[in-house]
Amino acid sequence: MTESSATAAAHPMVKAELVCKDFGALKVLKGITLEVQKGQVLVLVGPSGSGKSTFLRCINHLETVSAGRLYVDGALVGYNERGGKLYEMKPREVAKQRRDVGMVFQHFNLFPHRTALGNVVEAPTQVKRLNKKQVTERAMDLLDQVGLADKATAYPAQLSGGQQQRVAIARALAMSPKLMLFDEPTSALDPELVGEVLAVMKKLAAEGMTMVVVTHEMGFAREVADELVFMDGGVVVERGDPGEIMSNPQHERTKAFLSKVM
Amino acid sequence: MTDAGSPPPSSPPEAIDAVPLRHPWRWVAATVIIVVVALFLYGAATNPAYGWSTFAKYLFNERILLGVFNTLQLTVYSMVIGVVLGVILTVMRLSSNPVLSAVAWVFLWIFRGTPVYVQLVFWGLMPTIYQKIQLGVPFGPTFFQFDLQSLSFPFALAVIGLALNEAAYMAEIVRAGIMSVPEGQLEASTALGMSWGLAMRRTVLPQAMRVIIPPTGNELISLLKTTSLVTAVPYALDVYGIATREIAARIFEPVPLLLVAATWYLAITSVLMVGQYYLERYFSRGASRKLTSKQLEALAKAQMGTLP
Repeated sequence: MTESSATAAAHPMVKAELVCKDFGALKVLKGITLEVQKGQVLVLVGPSGSGKSTFLRCINHLETVSAGRLYVDGALVGYNERGGKLYEMKPREVAKQRRDVGMVFQHFNLFPHRTALGNVVEAPTQVKRLNKKQVTERAMDLLDQVGLADKATAYPAQLSGGQQQRVAIARALAMSPKLMLFDEPTSALDPELVGEVLAVMKKLAAEGMTMVVVTHEMGFAREVADELVFMDGGVVVERGDPGEIMSNPQHERTKAFLSKVM
Repeated sequence: MTDAGSPPPSSPPEAIDAVPLRHPWRWVAATVIIVVVALFLYGAATNPAYGWSTFAKYLFNERILLGVFNTLQLTVYSMVIGVVLGVILTVMRLSSNPVLSAVAWVFLWIFRGTPVYVQLVFWGLMPTIYQKIQLGVPFGPTFFQFDLQSLSFPFALAVIGLALNEAAYMAEIVRAGIMSVPEGQLEASTALGMSWGLAMRRTVLPQAMRVIIPPTGNELISLLKTTSLVTAVPYALDVYGIATREIAARIFEPVPLLLVAATWYLAITSVLMVGQYYLERYFSRGASRKLTSKQLEALAKAQMGTLP
């Protein structure tokens, strides 16, 4: 009670209230309620088709929410609320919201016609219209952080999957996001390349980045996640401390899932 | 069976030195073709109907060169307008705005659905159909009036006619190119905060170019030859018009002048093909895993460095 007036800055980075998503008659999300605090790493796990990727895509409005409310850094995603009524945002406003949310895709989606460096400098120079020279310096720094400074001039097709995904992470970081979304970032990689991408993500988490990660890497979840959320059939089945859930799952569905992936 | 731990042999294996596969039938076929072509060329050179002396006399004739220049102008102007308008039409058609999309569809329907010759005749008749351009309130006062019939601008009408027709075809080519770019590219751009337009311009269109350029080269060459139809407007100062209607009709020697026109079309087409090669090479950046010779050299050097 005493805090409520004191800190507007204390709102969570992501706040979902009964978020639903339908594709026509198909209900993919059936009321997701959860919060991600600043600096926290939330890992979403669950069988395929459970809605975890869809929920992630709702967070940066790649999908529109059908019901419920979704807030990022205290602001409603995709709508303006005035006098209890929702008004659809203009595309420009949506784009502005997305600038603060970085996203990493399962299939990397690097721009094949640009070099690794070209991929990283693209959004800061074109979207934020920042000075090219400063952006390039920072981009080289980011590529160095993901261990690819020597690959700056290579085109994506000349890089391995793990290298491409690390460039994709650097590309998202170049916009200095407040929140990073990872949509199965290691699912398309050869087993021996998974580790290098996870290492970059661990480093990022340790530096205090707020992250929402959809993954099947239970070892990563145990080590890095502040909270583990198990989803199935469009609802949150179980959530809590990752170690606790993995060693002592409460629900049958969680038990069945964990026995298959661990 | 295999001893996995064995070190590589001290001397590398001998490089392969095999007898290459022979292709005798290729030589036979080539010989037959060369003989047939030689016979045809001999026949053409000795047949007076080809009128080679007339051909040589008119190939670089001043009027013919003027015609070549006019043909090139018609082609370039129509193509530039056609490409720009084609891209705009495609963007309109793919946009989420139903008004723009419908307008683009109707444009395509009309200009792709009627023969270009008929369209050119129509454009030629435009000053007769619409004698004046008036600016004002409908059924009210007129602020500005422009008399079309007082002007003679068949060249401009020919360009408009060719360009609008070309735009309809270019729109379909550009659309095919855009649809060839994976959906994830637009998604990744959007997730980085790009607007739809910026993502189109920076991400999707440059990648679509690889698919767009070969058929566009085809369109350009096709358009070059379609300019010979501008006689429908009527505009008669293109190379075909000058060669056939102005010169051949006067000296009664159609064959050598047709050859003059054909030679020029072939020459321009050849130049365009060279340009297309370089354009394709430029837009295929990053499309292949194949390393450039420079990159291979750098890798080989790095490998040499790590080996003793």
